[in-house]
Amino acid sequence: MVVKKAYVETTDRMLRTLELGFLNEEDGRNFDFIPGQFCELSILGKGEAPFGIASSPTENGSLKFTINKAGVVTTALHHIEEGAEIGIRGPLGNGYPIDLFEGKNILVIGGGFAFTTLRSLIVYLLHPQNRSKVKNITVIYGARMPGLLLYREELLEWDKRHDLKIIVTVDWGDKDWKGKVGLVPNVLEEVAPSSENTCAVICGPPIMIKFTFPKLMALRFPNERIFTSLEKRMKCGFGKCGRCNIGHLYVCKDGPVFSYAQLGKLPRDY
Amino acid sequence: MKLRLDKKDLKSFLQSLIDQYDLYAPVQLTEGVSVYKKIDRPGEVSLTLLNPQKPLKEIFFPQSEVMFDFEKVGKRNQVTSTEEVKKERVILGARPCDIQAISILDEIFLGKDYTDVYFLQKRKLTTIIGFSCNHPLSTCFCSSTGGSPFFREGADLFFIDLEEAFLVELLTEKGMAFQKNRFFKEADPKDISLAKEIEEKASTKGDASVPIERIEKRLNLMMESPFWDRVHEKCMGCRICTYLCPTCHCFDIVDEALNNRGHRVRNWDSCLSSLYSQETSGHNPRPSGRERTRQRLMHKFNYFPKNFGRVACVGCGRCILYCPVNFDIRQAIELTSPKGIKKEKAEVN
Repeated sequence: MVVKKAYVETTDRMLRTLELGFLNEEDGRNFDFIPGQFCELSILGKGEAPFGIASSPTENGSLKFTINKAGVVTTALHHIEEGAEIGIRGPLGNGYPIDLFEGKNILVIGGGFAFTTLRSLIVYLLHPQNRSKVKNITVIYGARMPGLLLYREELLEWDKRHDLKIIVTVDWGDKDWKGKVGLVPNVLEEVAPSSENTCAVICGPPIMIKFTFPKLMALRFPNERIFTSLEKRMKCGFGKCGRCNIGHLYVCKDGPVFSYAQLGKLPRDY
Repeated sequence: MKLRLDKKDLKSFLQSLIDQYDLYAPVQLTEGVSVYKKIDRPGEVSLTLLNPQKPLKEIFFPQSEVMFDFEKVGKRNQVTSTEEVKKERVILGARPCDIQAISILDEIFLGKDYTDVYFLQKRKLTTIIGFSCNHPLSTCFCSSTGGSPFFREGADLFFIDLEEAFLVELLTEKGMAFQKNRFFKEADPKDISLAKEIEEKASTKGDASVPIERIEKRLNLMMESPFWDRVHEKCMGCRICTYLCPTCHCFDIVDEALNNRGHRVRNWDSCLSSLYSQETSGHNPRPSGRERTRQRLMHKFNYFPKNFGRVACVGCGRCILYCPVNFDIRQAIELTSPKGIKKEKAEVN
């Protein structure tokens, strides 16, 4: 694929979004995916790494990935210029259970840069073709600081819409920040969305998930209707190379999206 | 179908295979180092070896394998796939455990979800000539893992050593292609009865006492057992057991490049390495030998059976034979059984 557009998302310059175009139009037409799936991006000579797809299947013609600078491949992806070619394999993994969401309220809880596939999900659900399939959409999204929020322009646009409720919060505000200040689990408690006929999708740093989960329990969300996306070191992406297993399941092939009911049955090996 | 190959014709038979196919057979490289290797001369083949040090998986799933070559020209990428294996291959002298391991690798690489093209093309073009194990080693326990010294599943032809000759069994379609081979003669009823006798004698030798039955169920309850605190203690994480294991199949994918050219390679990897599951963030879900040893044993005896209905161990004994600290997988398995637990308690008291 070719890098059509590349820009830094956050003030700490650790997150960069790449918009990728297909070299071959037919590939673009055939590339069908579900929000929550991921791809292996590769820079030849540096290697390959997995990234959740941040764009929605409803946004035709290009794919979007937001990359946290951490290792060799991600650093190379931060340095790659517009117009350069990169390799891609995908879509991989199961994605969010879109069919199961039909007719239900959706609660999306995101923290930090794990918001990428949640953006994909929200954009997908807000598409005129899909919006009527689900009932109320509530989004709670938090970051440490205002400058670390992803997709800020879109967050503002969503805030203006009447067909979803969005609460953006930061751990520490600054002088320009007029929004909420507070940790995601506390904000969740405050907002207290009803668990009736609702699916919760939660994605964020482990510490956020750890404290958010009991709040969801208190709101009486059943384990079968809480979904999260796991990350593990992956290589091949289809359950052969071995390293991303949790018990007998592979995060790359059987995940990355699991329900809490599923996770409860698996060994704590992640 | 049963035939006979006289040992005096073995050399010519091997030569005929070399002329027609890529022949792979056990070869002694130096004292104590043996592998399955491509054969150029019949004299290289060492059939007295029971099992080469490196397992048969290497022929289908090499230790290091180039997946494709690449070159960067400006902003463009050029990728060329590596050349396909085109010539038919014959493997001669593989023992039942190693062959059984290939059928386990089939489940993974040719499994229901995705097919591994690199494995498939080699597998399709290969005929396997299995050899009976008339004298199993003390570290062998194939009879405990669902095999036996004369286990034929997975072999296309099967040779039974009768001292003077081999009894040749043609077992599959690929094997039947050898029916008209000029070195094979009709088997004598005497050969068949002798082979039967040898088989009966050998079948008592492949250790059947390792308690593998119901191990999946036992391990279901043992994920957080203090058993793992003890069992990993002597392992120093050298990983030789996983590299030499005929069923271990984990691999790493890396780019090897100089300037603008290079290739993407997959290399054998091991769950006993701390880097194996180490994430870039620094988090490691398997931070110590305890979790890593647990992963090795759980994968073989619990996770794999859950996915494929059989254990991922064929009892070849390599991990016992070559472990520098004498970690014995049979003991570990025994310690998960009621009998083993009782025995350990008695020893402690």
